[in-house]
Amino acid sequence: MGKTLFDKVWDKHVVRSIKDGPDVLFIDRHMVHEVTSPVAFRGLENRNLKVLFPKKTFATADHNTPTLNQHLPVKDPLSSKQLLALEKNAKKHKILYWGLGHKKNGIVHVIGPEHGITLPGTTIVCGDSHTSTHGAFGAIAFGIGTSEVEMVLSSQCVMQQKPKRMRIFIDGKLQKGVTPKDVALFIISKLSASGATGFFIEYSGEVFKDMSMEGRMTVCNLSIEMGARGGMIAPDEKTLEYIKDREFTPKGNAWKNAQKYWNSLYSDIDANFDKDISFDGSLIDPMITFGTNPGMGISISNKIPSSRDQSDNEKSYKRSLNYMNFNEGENMIGKKIDYVFLGSCTNGRIEDFRAFSKIVQGKKKADDVIAWLVPGSHKVRNSIKEEGLLDILNDAGFELREPGCSACLAMNEDKIPAGKYVISTSNRNFEGRQGPGSRTLLASPIAVAAAAITGKITDPRKYL
Amino acid sequence: MAYEKFNILKSTAVPLPIENIDTDQIIPARFLKATERLGFGDNLFRDWRYSSDNNLNENFVLNNCIYDGKILIAGKNFGSGSSREHAAWAIYDYGFRCVISSFFADIFKNNCLNIGVLPLKVTQEDLDYILELVFENPSLEITVDLMNQKLIIPDKEFQRFFEINSFKKNNLMNGLDDIDYLKNMKDEIINFSNKIPF
Ligand code: SF4
Repeated sequence: MGKTLFDKVWDKHVVRSIKDGPDVLFIDRHMVHEVTSPVAFRGLENRNLKVLFPKKTFATADHNTPTLNQHLPVKDPLSSKQLLALEKNAKKHKILYWGLGHKKNGIVHVIGPEHGITLPGTTIVCGDSHTSTHGAFGAIAFGIGTSEVEMVLSSQCVMQQKPKRMRIFIDGKLQKGVTPKDVALFIISKLSASGATGFFIEYSGEVFKDMSMEGRMTVCNLSIEMGARGGMIAPDEKTLEYIKDREFTPKGNAWKNAQKYWNSLYSDIDANFDKDISFDGSLIDPMITFGTNPGMGISISNKIPSSRDQSDNEKSYKRSLNYMNFNEGENMIGKKIDYVFLGSCTNGRIEDFRAFSKIVQGKKKADDVIAWLVPGSHKVRNSIKEEGLLDILNDAGFELREPGCSACLAMNEDKIPAGKYVISTSNRNFEGRQGPGSRTLLASPIAVAAAAITGKITDPRKYL
Repeated sequence: MAYEKFNILKSTAVPLPIENIDTDQIIPARFLKATERLGFGDNLFRDWRYSSDNNLNENFVLNNCIYDGKILIAGKNFGSGSSREHAAWAIYDYGFRCVISSFFADIFKNNCLNIGVLPLKVTQEDLDYILELVFENPSLEITVDLMNQKLIIPDKEFQRFFEINSFKKNNLMNGLDDIDYLKNMKDEIINFSNKIPF
């Protein structure tokens, strides 16, 4: 019987299989950031261990960094201590570190692909659940906890039970105004926030074939929001075109050899999936969430569903609506917005800024809306300037910040105030995720742009 | 991490019948700034335990002195969202050694097993039943027998077998973690790395 894409990559990396236990999986790329690593480095020291493969380890600062005045010392003493700890640890263990202010600095899942660290057929981990982003390149990429970070630092391996395989197949052409973010929110709304737990997903079909690499990253990024370990897409010409000639991409003969391996990375026709799901891409609408988990999403022009139609129990559903101060049966269109957030590893790439700029070009930001536009990396920020998008944004009354995770997890000072509504391109609408008491509506960059100029939830198709 | 060996746990339990409790609720991001793993228990469920002006929220179960114990019973899909191991640390640091739910998020489950907290999965029916029992009688004693993989409520003659792979079980019972195992594989790993293209 044939193998799935996932099996091909996984099996190649199994160092040892433990009977009635996990596999010992070799990791090609380990990305490290300041928040989930200090305890792991400390653990190494306590056990007197070294980093086994410093060259397979890459560090950046992103979760807890300011997005204004990055050239000044970091004000928050605890944040500054974490940054210092990573800098010291990186130096001590000879790990490449693109710290705050470095021209290659940015969100870990944005800079990996930008510099060719992310490659097809590799295994990639990071102490961050959205590591699934890198699956867009046909890599097995997943988030790990700090104990596992320590494990990978010391042994370049993690011990994992092999997940089951799920295929999500979407054929057809997307309607105008439907973005990769909408496709992902649509899938999650169908499967629920836990519907893919225990699975690794392969996305296939015309919709994903047609998508840009940026779009594929957005989709794979959100795999974790339905509980999946990760999601991946078979590499194709677009993938190779994207990675070619980047800093860490193999060159010359190494490229040719790698290509042979990469060309074998697809699911065989007779491969077996534990679960197969398919949707018609032409039926997907622009989406928005209305509750406190990413599974609570609907077409933007629909009404908030009744608790009777939900898989979660009624009490949890009502609790969620109560937190949002929404009622069953209400329209989403027209609801007032206080903040907009464009950024994060989900939608903080250049394509997202292009899409946003196109909508706001020649218009003005609504007066009572506060907008935070945070590029995923310095590279993205520079492209925004070079492509003339910054002028468009400034003319429309928007400012651009410096890169980082920012209000995606609100660990730095970028916190949405209690009770306020934010329409956000990030990935989690949990209670308080974007600041204590904040209320998040997840949507695509163009839906966020439309809300930024009207001050209300607006169907982005009106502005295309 | 060194943790207390897990063998037989006999304890009362704290009921938290909310579904989809994500790790941002277990420990909000603003408390992740520490560079040590201790002390997170103080901020476990912070935004549910305290109101925004830092007053104790008397309605929240952890602030209700009738309920106490080393077992937390939570609604389905517990621990979803962020991979932060701080969530598992906070649970351990607060004093819980076992979480019972009908469904756990994957990364959270692994994190728990790596630091000495047992995520114990039961059916939705059993979960509802146990929650009901605890609400009826907060001093109900629950026994978790890891060796025999049994969840027992002696008073009710309730007994259930639960799944855990034997590798992780052995780790928990001996206070070991995966690094202890991987340390001994160093040469095998280095050899293996030569076969891998990247
Ligand atoms: S942008 Fe958000 S989701 Fe992405 S790495 Fe940063 S905190 Fe995690």
